[in-house]
Amino acid sequence: MTTLTMAKALNEALRQSLDTDPKVLLMGEDIGKLGGVFRITDGLQKDFGEERVIDTPLAESGIVGTAIGLALRGYRPVVEIQFDGFVFPAYDQIVTQLAKMHARALGKVKMPVTIRIPYAGGIGAVEHHSESPETLFAHIPGLKVVSPSNPQDAYWMLRQAIDCDDPVIFFEPKRRYWDKGEVDTEAIPGPLHKARVTRAGTDLTLAAYGPMVKVCMEAAAAAAKEGRSLEVVDLRSLSPMDFDTIQASVEKTRRLVIVHEAPVFLGTGAEIAARITERCFYHLEAPVLRVGGFHAPYPPARLEEEYLPGLDRVLDAVDRALAY
Amino acid sequence: MSVKSTAARRTTRGGAKRRGGEPELVQLLTPEGKRVEHSEYSIDLTPDELRGLYRDMVLTRRFDAEAITLQRQGELGLWASLLGQEAAQIGSGRATRPDDYVFPTYREHGVAWTRDVDPLNLLGMFRGVNHGGWDPNENNFHLYTIVIGSQTLHATGYAMGVAKDGADSAVIAYFGDGASSQGDVAEAFTFAAVYNAPVVFFCQNNQWAISEPTEKQSRVPIYQRSAGFGFPGVRVDGNDVLAVLAVTKAALERARTGQGPMLVEAFTYRMGAHTTTDDPTRYRADEEREQWELKDPILRLKTYLEAEGFADEEYYASIDKESDALAKRVRDGVRTMPNPDTMAIFENVYADGHALVDEERAQFAEYLASFADETEGH
Repeated sequence: MTTLTMAKALNEALRQSLDTDPKVLLMGEDIGKLGGVFRITDGLQKDFGEERVIDTPLAESGIVGTAIGLALRGYRPVVEIQFDGFVFPAYDQIVTQLAKMHARALGKVKMPVTIRIPYAGGIGAVEHHSESPETLFAHIPGLKVVSPSNPQDAYWMLRQAIDCDDPVIFFEPKRRYWDKGEVDTEAIPGPLHKARVTRAGTDLTLAAYGPMVKVCMEAAAAAAKEGRSLEVVDLRSLSPMDFDTIQASVEKTRRLVIVHEAPVFLGTGAEIAARITERCFYHLEAPVLRVGGFHAPYPPARLEEEYLPGLDRVLDAVDRALAY
Repeated sequence: MSVKSTAARRTTRGGAKRRGGEPELVQLLTPEGKRVEHSEYSIDLTPDELRGLYRDMVLTRRFDAEAITLQRQGELGLWASLLGQEAAQIGSGRATRPDDYVFPTYREHGVAWTRDVDPLNLLGMFRGVNHGGWDPNENNFHLYTIVIGSQTLHATGYAMGVAKDGADSAVIAYFGDGASSQGDVAEAFTFAAVYNAPVVFFCQNNQWAISEPTEKQSRVPIYQRSAGFGFPGVRVDGNDVLAVLAVTKAALERARTGQGPMLVEAFTYRMGAHTTTDDPTRYRADEEREQWELKDPILRLKTYLEAEGFADEEYYASIDKESDALAKRVRDGVRTMPNPDTMAIFENVYADGHALVDEERAQFAEYLASFADETEGH
């Protein structure tokens, strides 16, 4: 057990995967000497060579398209997209090719490609550097979509994603890169797609993933001071999603607030609200509420604190849900 | 079959020269069926090998014609005919080795033939029973790709893997003149050049991307586009099976000896419609097609075979008989091709399973079973 930042935990996961399986390759822009703009691949090219840690041309469709070809040849490419908003030039390859290859070949080929995307806001970046496009990928059959919220999950979920024979879109909450936590690289990890109750409570369930888990934990701590017992569920995986864990929590607390940075409209929260309403109709004491981004482009950095769900907006939704 | 080429030594120049404004085609068999030599590409085939190429082209054309008929009869939802492109496909396909890997677009029925892919496999997606339907690794022939140009990147990535493995195989990526406008093709050129990937980009310039002529895709001859990426390009007479074979073999050999990618532009013509839903009379003149009919790849080789006395009537009769048998097999095979099982909707979405797919599969199975219960109840 050691204490690592999420960035270091991810770096360690990549290192262990490269070390364990000679078919694992890293590909991306600036991931070699620079170690990636967030240094997630720091030192890996030095230790594993340019043949396995590949600096690519600045061409996202090319990165993913060639990764598909490498996967067809038996490799396990781990691709880094530099920022969330830069994934769209590769979106065609991901959606029309990567996601469907296994099905089109009637199961005869596998697509063990992991696409790492630093995502979401809160770091004062310029346009296209703070977006949360996860729903666009979770909507696509054939893709798996996960997002860790802490260093321990970052380590194990990335290792599990790389081991997975399906394409996994791995969303890294960039503003949590520098958060520290205990990482046990010897532990036997739980299932990649299982949600986790990160704080037990009885009055209301907060469901979140990635960067918003920390905000929800803080909200639960603040609410506790007012005598309210909030349960926090870290979804961890968006596709598939562990509705059983959410359901069990809601059957206990009878209220659900979903928090994510992505725009609320047609978002992950909408899916959870619909399914939980279906599963828990007679348990619910209040409508399922959502807190998230607006139906507007991600704003300039000086406004992002207003745009992003923070403690106050989460607690406001908690108040509304408890008022029923 | 032996091929001699100096292309490998002329990597930066490319193979073709300009004459009268139009690039010169590499040609070994004139439209009149006369054998000619080319300074950079030559080929020496036995009569048996020549007859083999003829057979390949005739059977492929017959298969194609049968598929069009089957579409007209409602047995196929759509068909993309290769009529006129037999030499480009058979010549290039026969240039590959079994360990090479082929990435087709969706019209490469002749290439599939050379890779021993069962023609019936090609019809599944056009009949609507699957979206691909064969094991790409069985014949090293990847699934058809409909999104234009996407597969050039897959081919390049695969070739990067071949190089990493230290194998001496090569990869060939097929695409059309229209696809040459796609960003993915440009990115494939970039990656292939940067990583010196053993991939041959084989563009069948059949002059028309549905209704848009090549001039709407490129202001320079397509084979010249590779120069900007740092590898050679050559234009070959796509209706000359011998020239296509010689040039593709040289390009593949170049790739597998570590000299990197090469672009081959097969200058040919799509004699029919883009697909069976297309109407070429709306956008191109009959005279154009008539001009190209004079360059027919099969007649050209036949003229040569006859002039050399390499084939007699008995031989042609045997090919006709084989064509008839193939056509019947295709007809019967398509008509008896089973619809997929309903639950196939949920199959192979994921390799490792997915809770939502499992849930929806179970729900839909239960829903379907409810009708069976009703029937039993009556």
